[in-house]
Amino acid sequence: MEMTTTGRINFGTDWTYAPAPETAKVAIASRYDLFINGKFVPPVKGKYFDTFNPANEKRLSQVGDAGAEDVDKAVKAARNAYEKTWFKMAPAERGKYIYRIARILQERAREFAVVESMDGGKPIRESRDVDIPLAAAHFFYYAGWADKLDYAFPGRTARSLGVAGQIIPWNFPLLMAAWKIAPALACGNTVVLKPAETTPLTAMKLAEVIRDADLPPGVVNIVTGAGETGAAIVNHPGIDKIAFTGSTEVGKIIQRALSASKKKFTLELGGKAANIIFDDATIDQAVEGIINGIFFNQGHVCCAGSRLLVQEGVYETVIRKLQDRMQTLIVGDPLDKNTDIGAINSKVQLDKIHQYLKIGQEEGAQLWQTGCEIPSTGYFCRPSLFLNASQSHRITQEEIFGPVVAIQTFRTPAEAIEKANNTPYGLSGGVWTDKGSKIFKITTKLRAGVIWANTYNKFDPSSPFGGYKESGVGREGGLHGLAPYVQLN
Amino acid sequence: MSTIALPDLTRSPTIDQIGVEERVERLQKRSIKKSAKVHALKLALSMIDLTTLEGADSPGKVRQLCSKAKHLHDALPDLPHVAAVCVYPTLVRIAKEALIGTHVKVAAVATGFPSGQYPRETKIADTRFAVAEGADEIDMVISRGHFLAGDYAFVFDEIAAIKEASGAAHLKVILETGELGTLDSVRRASDLAMHAGADFIKTSTGKVTPAATQPVTLVMLEAIRDFYYATGKKIGMKPAGGISTAKTALQYLVMLRETLGQDWLTPDLYRIGASRLANDILMQLAKEKSGVYQSLDYFSKD
Repeated sequence: MEMTTTGRINFGTDWTYAPAPETAKVAIASRYDLFINGKFVPPVKGKYFDTFNPANEKRLSQVGDAGAEDVDKAVKAARNAYEKTWFKMAPAERGKYIYRIARILQERAREFAVVESMDGGKPIRESRDVDIPLAAAHFFYYAGWADKLDYAFPGRTARSLGVAGQIIPWNFPLLMAAWKIAPALACGNTVVLKPAETTPLTAMKLAEVIRDADLPPGVVNIVTGAGETGAAIVNHPGIDKIAFTGSTEVGKIIQRALSASKKKFTLELGGKAANIIFDDATIDQAVEGIINGIFFNQGHVCCAGSRLLVQEGVYETVIRKLQDRMQTLIVGDPLDKNTDIGAINSKVQLDKIHQYLKIGQEEGAQLWQTGCEIPSTGYFCRPSLFLNASQSHRITQEEIFGPVVAIQTFRTPAEAIEKANNTPYGLSGGVWTDKGSKIFKITTKLRAGVIWANTYNKFDPSSPFGGYKESGVGREGGLHGLAPYVQLN
Repeated sequence: MSTIALPDLTRSPTIDQIGVEERVERLQKRSIKKSAKVHALKLALSMIDLTTLEGADSPGKVRQLCSKAKHLHDALPDLPHVAAVCVYPTLVRIAKEALIGTHVKVAAVATGFPSGQYPRETKIADTRFAVAEGADEIDMVISRGHFLAGDYAFVFDEIAAIKEASGAAHLKVILETGELGTLDSVRRASDLAMHAGADFIKTSTGKVTPAATQPVTLVMLEAIRDFYYATGKKIGMKPAGGISTAKTALQYLVMLRETLGQDWLTPDLYRIGASRLANDILMQLAKEKSGVYQSLDYFSKD
């Protein structure tokens, strides 16, 4: 791998930052059971699996491996809670429970942030400042909708669906749990949720919050497990709606499985977003947007700006500034407050990324990485650029899900739009120009669900999120995020 | 006679204010602890231009300021000296005498500081006087009115003229960013000043609010970086006014480190214009040494 420094700015200074570890105490149990009907209960077959800290490969805990019988128990508990309690409850009362979850989550914010970083690998700076606050914000936001559904769909009455089965990924474990649970509850549904197998811990701690919030038993059930547990949920006849966030590959499997059923579903899948820099962009700020777009959360983001399109006239300037900026990125211990890029979530994912780094070079793109130190244990990857990439390269077409961006040039706006849309994905995109009219002109032509102008990776519970084409179907967040959880008369 | 020319300022990049503010916010999240903190505090101290610029300044006042420059806090050993003392031209001679035998420079504000609303000849005379009195450095103000009216050639010429009048003294050009209105203007003024011959570009006179801010400073540092890549010349930077705590000073240093790196982490290329900052830094250094904060009463005010 080519590791060269560039430019004449010397970022290897005498003054280095000392370690600044987050010191909050956290309580991680040695074992977590399944959370069904308001209690933690062991899996019927007594099987458990381990969860590890990807920064040091040490085991953190074990969680239950839910089999078909456990899923069945959970669905029955959810159905029972729906029919006996949750459906009958006054909407404003439901809102109060959701609000209570939000409050307790905020009170335990620091502990959640540390556990999230330990279990998943993301920097504490991000889990503390983005993941946990946004998760609480989703509960606060949807608590407000619980008693206002009559106003959400003018002229129509909204009614809950019943039991929702929800499967979430490992890149934003707590945040994805919030994105799923909050609107489901607000619309009067009950939930069976499965967190990802490499990141179950914040979901288990969320279960503790739910228990402490005194949510009626069975309204939210959390069952841990891997692919088989997920399949048991998708296929369970007692579920009315499936919500899935994960890879396009698995999304297609789920969609096939659901094709003969009456279950409603939403799928929030992969992406290969184009981040487009025009020659009249504010270049230094655009470079920061590129950094945020692909290195936020180690690039484990479905809406990551993983294809960079730079107008040819400013290409050299952008690359020079990007490489300079990358020299100041710190890859290291996720629990260090100065870490910019944490650990890759698992060995499997790290191997996938390395595979793409190899493929990209074999295809003829030029790999560039900084020479920064990375820890000798744990799963880490240096932030990487592929220069001279083109639409025909696999690294430009396939979702790498790591800190790797494929860079191409373009000459005219029409070409940028064509390249941006030339993908089966359509989740997100970014446009950088200081000219207002150009923003409107370009963004309306991009075929993706979420377009950012002069910024990137900005989220808010009131803002709908979801994709076109193979990036999925349905929207989460905002008013639009209510629709998948109700039936309208 | 130099052959410098007014640059094409329409090619100065425009600046996205929200983007700048977000970059600043991220830089502020850096956590500087222990040995890194002590290193940075001492570096910041070495970059201070201790300043008194009051209508009421007198020889006695300036001598006492210089005494502080020579004895920052004798209870702490191994302290670096401040970079300079900054005074009005009529007090340069007093400061020079008081600082004999030290490495502390004398900087003089000139060109009708702070407003700059004076004829060219007055500004040149003001500068020549300060230099003749012994000033090592000249901090000039640009004509903001002319700049905002779009008369860039006027501002360019006056900087070049003052540079010539400064002789061997190094020239800091005060842009008075608090009056320029937008970050686009700050960038444009920075580019103009550097092309016209500034050795340093400086944010403020300290007489107008806002004085130095982190967004403005970031824009100016990025201008310096682009100028360096284009010409190979390293221009210095000085934020002045409003930096009164050690914590803030460290944030400015983090920004400097992550924008311009090792070569600019020196008083030769970075200064902080401040009056109360030194004592806060000294208090922090004392605390790092002893583990507790002393009362401010233990730190001399001169």
